[in-house]
Amino acid sequence: MNPASTAPIATAPLPGAFARFRPDGWRLIAFGVAVLVVVPLLVVFSSLLSPEEEIWAHLAEHVLPGLLLNTFWLVLGVAAGTVVLGVSLAWLAAVCEFPGRRFFAWAMLLPMALPAYVSAFVFVGLLDFTGPVQTWLREIFGANIWFPRIRSTGGVIAVMSLTLYPYVYLLAKNAFATQGKRALEAAQSLGHSRVSGFFRVALPMARPWIAGGMMLALMETLADFGTVSVFNYDTFTTAIYKAWFGLFSLSAASQLASLLIVIVFAVLLVEQLSRSRMRYTQAGKHAQDKDRIVLTRGAARLASVYCTLVLGVAFLIPVAQLALWSWQVFGQDFDSRYLEFLWHSLALSGIAALLTAACALLLAYAKRYHRDPWTAGAVRIATLGYALPGPVLAVGIFVALAWLDNFLAANLKEHLRIETGLLLQGTLLVMLPAYLVRFLAAGYHPVDSAMQRLTRSIDEASRSLGVGGMTMLRRVHLPVLRGGLLTGLVLVFMDVMKEMPITLMTRPFGWDTLAVRIFEMTSEGEWERAALPAVALVAAGLIPIFFVARHADIQR
Amino acid sequence: MRKNSVFTLLLGAFLSLPAFADEVVVYSARIEQLIKPMFDAYTKETGVQVKFITDKEGPLMERLKAEGANTPADMLITVDAGNLWHAANEGLLRPVASKTLEANVPAHLRDPQNHWFGLSVRARTIVFNTQKLKPSDLSTYEDLADPKWKGRLCMRTSKKVYNQSLVAMLIAEHGEAKAEQIVRGWVANLATDTFPDDTKMMEAIAAGQCDVGMGNTYYYGRLMEKKPALPLALFWPNQQGSGVHVNISGAGIAKHAKHEKEAIRLLEWLSSAKAQNMFADVNMEYPANPGVKADPAVAKWGDFKHNPINVAKAGELQAAAVKLMDRAGYK
Repeated sequence: MNPASTAPIATAPLPGAFARFRPDGWRLIAFGVAVLVVVPLLVVFSSLLSPEEEIWAHLAEHVLPGLLLNTFWLVLGVAAGTVVLGVSLAWLAAVCEFPGRRFFAWAMLLPMALPAYVSAFVFVGLLDFTGPVQTWLREIFGANIWFPRIRSTGGVIAVMSLTLYPYVYLLAKNAFATQGKRALEAAQSLGHSRVSGFFRVALPMARPWIAGGMMLALMETLADFGTVSVFNYDTFTTAIYKAWFGLFSLSAASQLASLLIVIVFAVLLVEQLSRSRMRYTQAGKHAQDKDRIVLTRGAARLASVYCTLVLGVAFLIPVAQLALWSWQVFGQDFDSRYLEFLWHSLALSGIAALLTAACALLLAYAKRYHRDPWTAGAVRIATLGYALPGPVLAVGIFVALAWLDNFLAANLKEHLRIETGLLLQGTLLVMLPAYLVRFLAAGYHPVDSAMQRLTRSIDEASRSLGVGGMTMLRRVHLPVLRGGLLTGLVLVFMDVMKEMPITLMTRPFGWDTLAVRIFEMTSEGEWERAALPAVALVAAGLIPIFFVARHADIQR
Repeated sequence: MRKNSVFTLLLGAFLSLPAFADEVVVYSARIEQLIKPMFDAYTKETGVQVKFITDKEGPLMERLKAEGANTPADMLITVDAGNLWHAANEGLLRPVASKTLEANVPAHLRDPQNHWFGLSVRARTIVFNTQKLKPSDLSTYEDLADPKWKGRLCMRTSKKVYNQSLVAMLIAEHGEAKAEQIVRGWVANLATDTFPDDTKMMEAIAAGQCDVGMGNTYYYGRLMEKKPALPLALFWPNQQGSGVHVNISGAGIAKHAKHEKEAIRLLEWLSSAKAQNMFADVNMEYPANPGVKADPAVAKWGDFKHNPINVAKAGELQAAAVKLMDRAGYK
């Protein structure tokens, strides 16, 4: 019917065609998903209708100035930290050759399996005044030895960068691997040194991927409460929690959260605009082993040491500590229910990841075929859920669904005379859309970055060779998108595994997961006992990481 | 016909099942391992099933609010009086007229309008390093604001509701101006940044980073059980005056409870002699029922005088306390 569905490129409106708003296939999907996300956001925004002047005046005078400054430094620090770690490691793993590279290529993802607040607790426990490191130093050098404070701006930035860099790493590695050594060679043939070629050509070419990964890390940072509270480092989220739990005003909390959404939306727009004129293509085939830069012996050794160091600090040390704690509480806490927790975690994460990645793909296609501001806006809105503190979004989602549920119950009662109570509550029909709203950004950014490579000329070339429609999707598009899709799947899977507030609020009775188990232990301060579910969570997280590792041959 | 059966199947997978008669549904901010043993015992004794879901207080209350008249919840359990006061204030709980509850729960540990009842007592007291201090060095919470404690005090963050309740009680007793002066004094005496939890704070006191702090007794109990050699002891402050600050873990019946009778029966059972020890001892807390003795491990810390102000004050004044602590620079 619609020519756009068979020859979308030819009819796609040009950028900036504001006036030509026509709903059709792809775009309707984008709008549909955006609406799903917008409803809970509107619930949050609706708080603006009931101003809490007294609370705002208090927060503005005594709380916000310090918090905003703290948040600013944290965001800046984590941005720098994740980009430096993520990009350098991705470059080594994707383009260079050094001993252990094959292992590190997937192992560097491992820190993603650890919830950030768990790492935070381990590091504060190890390095604070009362921890074993300082206690030992005091025993040897006396009571007055100086040691950097771990519960400080530097400490929280370091820990968050170490747990969040995999977002940048995963996306940047994907970019470098497909961009190949050729870009660098081209730069060198034009007189650039290898170093300046990296900074002038390879890095800018990988920018959408790096920016996408960094945005994910920053959105996570802005939404975080668990990690910063272990450091007692007050950020904007602290004010949100204070308004809600301390001052008993969810509306003031929601107003603060609305402000956060607006800021994130603005940043996303700026980031988007700054690269809207750029076009990205793929350097033909993926990099082959023979195309790699073989590092000199010294540099290779340095690369191995660097990777080992990052992996050790970000993953091995915390996991070793957790394993030790688990061992101590194993007899007391482990029972057959852990199999059930594990199964629930895996099932929820798996289904949510598939659903979210599918929606992300649809959104990315919608954006590709409709380069108008309406679609772009819908896509942007659809991915905002990632930046909201979990509990605030959870309430927004819950309120919206409870309204629908109550509406259904009332109508069934009135028209069919059936007493149903709440039908949807505590079912997958609530949980899955809730996860989708929360994590669509994590699925979308990698897919969208990959989509940048599917230039219009690829479609044109494909059609001119007689390959169109589904065959083109399967034989031309899928191979290009595959890496991005896998990345998105893994990110969402890991995020859902670690997610707490939405899981807590929407799970069916008795449907506990490993993350719920961690909550049960930590909320009464029993961090050592939380180690057992945390270790189980890490072990379960290895499954998707191995899965990606196995397919790394394709996307290496 | 066949269409119908497929429909029913799908219905089963994606829709909640209706409530059964012989059950009670509980929303609990008290974590699973601290309530499940009681519920299991109750089911064994009475045959009544207890379905429960755990979460933080804030989301649980929003959940009750959003579900409205259709909520499946019969009972709300929290671990502090402030949130129960708030739930009652929001109209989420219904008053319960029960002679049993009134007899089992002392007046200052329940809502004056009987919307909620304390089930265990949590005492927030002074913890000190026995190598650096003698009990005679200590007297009251207020005294810790004295400049003689400069650089010797450790505190948990003001974001924890236990400290908010403590300061709310100071406001109730001394008025805002005096309470703020006390809190400012504490802040001026801090040896280091405030801690994210009581255990970390107590470890810092034991390690000599500071001499003294304020914490809940069960954190002390748990820590000493694990590391009995730590040079830590409890001190009961304000014994000449108003007494030790206590909070409760307690419960109320949801306004739209579907199993009101069953829920009240469960609540009465939880306050009874046979359940009280289980409820309190599992976390080294004090039973709310004065007729029930505390666990021997807890009892050996000694008897003390409770602050007899109704714990509802903690809820009423919590927002004021939070603002006061912000003004005083207590992070």
